[in-house]
Amino acid sequence: MQVSFNINGTPQRVEVEEHTPLLWVIRDILDLKGTKFGCGKAACGACTIHVDGEAVRSCSFPVQFAEGKNITTIEGLGTGDALHPVQQAWIEEVVPQCGYCQPGFMMATAAMLEKIPNPTDEDIDNNIVNVCRCATYYRMRKAIHRAAEIKSANL
Amino acid sequence: MSQSETKEKKGFSRRKFLVRSAVGVGVLFGAGYLSRPLWRRSLAGFANSVDAFYSGDTETPPLWFEILADNTITLLSPKVEMGQGTFTSLAQMAADELEVDINQLKVVHAPTSSGNIDGFSTGGSTSVASLWVPLRELAATMREMLKNEAAKMLGTEVSALTLQNGVISGNGKSLTYGEIAKDVESWEIPDVPPLKDRSAYKYIGQPVPRVDLRDKVIGAPIFGMDAQMPDMLYGSVVRPHLIGATFVSADTSAAENMPGVVKVVVEEDFVGVVAESYQQAENAKQAIKVTWETEKNWQLADIEAMVEVGKGDPVTIQKAGSPGSILSEADVITAEYRSPIGAHAQIEPNGAVAFVDSDRATVMISTQVVSITRKEVADRLGLDVEQVDIRPTYLGGGFGRRLHTPNAVQVALLSRAVGKPVKCFFNRKEEFQNDTFRPPTHNVLKARMDENGLIQAMEHNISSGDVMFGSALIPGIAGTLLGADVGAWRGGMIQYGKIPNYQAISWRVKLPFATSWWRSLGLLANTFAIESFMDELAIKAGKDPVQFRLDQIQDDEAGHRLREVIRAAADKAGWRDGVHNGRAMGFAASTDANTPCAHVVEVSVEGDQIKVHKVTCAIDPGLAVNPDQVRAQCEGSIIMGQSAVLYEKMTVEDGELRPVIYGPYRMALMRDAPKEIDVVILENADAPGAVGEPPMGPIGAAIANAVFRLTNKRLREMPLTL
Ligand code: FES
Ligand code: FES
Repeated sequence: MQVSFNINGTPQRVEVEEHTPLLWVIRDILDLKGTKFGCGKAACGACTIHVDGEAVRSCSFPVQFAEGKNITTIEGLGTGDALHPVQQAWIEEVVPQCGYCQPGFMMATAAMLEKIPNPTDEDIDNNIVNVCRCATYYRMRKAIHRAAEIKSANL
Repeated sequence: MSQSETKEKKGFSRRKFLVRSAVGVGVLFGAGYLSRPLWRRSLAGFANSVDAFYSGDTETPPLWFEILADNTITLLSPKVEMGQGTFTSLAQMAADELEVDINQLKVVHAPTSSGNIDGFSTGGSTSVASLWVPLRELAATMREMLKNEAAKMLGTEVSALTLQNGVISGNGKSLTYGEIAKDVESWEIPDVPPLKDRSAYKYIGQPVPRVDLRDKVIGAPIFGMDAQMPDMLYGSVVRPHLIGATFVSADTSAAENMPGVVKVVVEEDFVGVVAESYQQAENAKQAIKVTWETEKNWQLADIEAMVEVGKGDPVTIQKAGSPGSILSEADVITAEYRSPIGAHAQIEPNGAVAFVDSDRATVMISTQVVSITRKEVADRLGLDVEQVDIRPTYLGGGFGRRLHTPNAVQVALLSRAVGKPVKCFFNRKEEFQNDTFRPPTHNVLKARMDENGLIQAMEHNISSGDVMFGSALIPGIAGTLLGADVGAWRGGMIQYGKIPNYQAISWRVKLPFATSWWRSLGLLANTFAIESFMDELAIKAGKDPVQFRLDQIQDDEAGHRLREVIRAAADKAGWRDGVHNGRAMGFAASTDANTPCAHVVEVSVEGDQIKVHKVTCAIDPGLAVNPDQVRAQCEGSIIMGQSAVLYEKMTVEDGELRPVIYGPYRMALMRDAPKEIDVVILENADAPGAVGEPPMGPIGAAIANAVFRLTNKRLREMPLTL
């Protein structure tokens, strides 16, 4: 089927089998490799993107439901050359180790901050439930608080 | 191993530089390593001290540096970057000797075609340590070569030159390294100059931000999973879900006609399919019916019955005095500990992109063993190794999982069958069922204390599945050579040298599924056992557990360094025994690969939940090339260790390893991670040592020891469950 949507501000139309997970459309057809495959079963969060501002695990989101939606991936998280506050905070705190899970965490964090601009530790525990095997959680928590600060200072 | 042997092993007596023009990009510098260490000596050394050795290719002069016209320098790293921060440390080391700004350096993975191939692996926390001397020597030599040429070009003496940020000035003029290199036709090769003194380092020892930080924050396509080649197809391989299954035959008729299928490929040992998209390949794979042959319908009880001290062949790996006779007397204290099967669960699945032409193969892959990956592909395709180019990518986690890469061979065969590049990777269920697991263990400890509460004799028995044996990384001869599996008994030796009589004995178990290297190898389970037991003994002796340990550490250098980290951790944490405000502290320490590390944890128990609030870690890795990344490795190692100790467990049911997905395979998440991790770095050695694994050692026992204080329950089995 044909599906049309906006991705990172650009309209796209793809011809693809309707059940195809959005993840593979993003990675293999649109060649945006920042969204990662970890499990394919909505269990790790490596593939997290935004669909109309909501954090979504794209490996388990059939492309047909993307029709007419606004999609953001890590490549479109910042504005132009400027990094998003979450990415800035991630750099300040030197969060990534292997880095593979990190786009998913940053996307989940950015979506959370839109709803909870000043998250408590408990908010973070409840909303950030992706898996990081390098276990960078300690720095991520600091970076999430820092991102909230940068974001509110920018307002 | 003696000190002089160590030096000889790491040193390179003669040095031959290769300088040749690269097409359009400047000049390549390389050095031929002429002394491939004998396996025997290296292995024995590795076994003894887990000392880092570098085993480079000796046949072709490998390329290390490439100077580009824009005065940037590419460093081709023979070690891969899997999160451990090695690229950053190597950049720091090279920049200091090259006299360039670190931002002028770009570290990349050396493809095997460059000749810069590490014959061993990236693993064992040895990357920085093993390249500490050779890389700086290479960089310093290159700097001198550039100076010699610059002196000629600028018409002055070498001694009159000044250097800054890759620009050489003299006689009122300046030249960049790029400008110099461009015009040199033949280079003089000087002797290796003296290396800089620590006081002259600009980058070494500083918390420089990771060189891969920005790429990893913008989602750059740097991983094996992101690799692609023009005109690429997608493959999928049917992998066994049953333990010990071997491929017999496949009914591929239904798959042949599925949408997008290009070819179903049946090889002697596997069947796979190539299609136009990933989904099509996965769908077609589901339609292939494979007949497997299995020996037995394995259950967990079968496995547990095998892992038992007393079964299999014992090898004594450490002995002092006569522990046997003392431990047959009265008043011997005994305790048993167990750890389960552990999965690597790295988030990036195993996979590769391969293209096999008539006489060439190119494979892009996340691998920790580039040279073995190359050899395996070459052997199976009937090519010479020189006809195979392995292009390592950034790894989405290693942890030992990528020391086995037979999947590279499968992808290459799929590519050969269709004559086009093919990308193929594991799905998550396949990852969980075809892992090379952390072996389950059974540890039995015995000790007898004297009237002063000091340990008179101690014995540690370790029963474990294989770690090193059977690994492609270690030649088959190792078994005969060493007798016992170094990997399995890593961390299993008794480190309290004042105990007059002690021994450690390793029992080998051959399991029906693959077990192998998992971050820190035996250290996690062995230290959990020893350091829990030390706590039990301290309590029996009515002593403070920190003092109890200090009292029994010997007075040599290793003992001194261990004592220092123990004191530093206890001081920094404000160590006190007992329960305070519902929390208890737990203490443990270990030495791994010459790096001592001690943890104090602060734990509470709510219902049956064990909550780790704070970890204070003191570590002495020798010189900390990048203190911030030493911290990062400690933090990650601590939480990954906590995850294994508190939550993770694979089981065996009806012939299958399960679970097969995150969640049911419970791992530490954000909510589980300690909110405070305080790392104290001591530097009581001149050279950098291991960092990535040692902090995993003490975490299990430290938590269990704290839980005992809170609940009076001694948890002797991982995952710790109340
Ligand atoms: S890949 Fe989508 S949640 Fe794991
Ligand atoms: S940084 Fe490696 S998995 Fe998260």
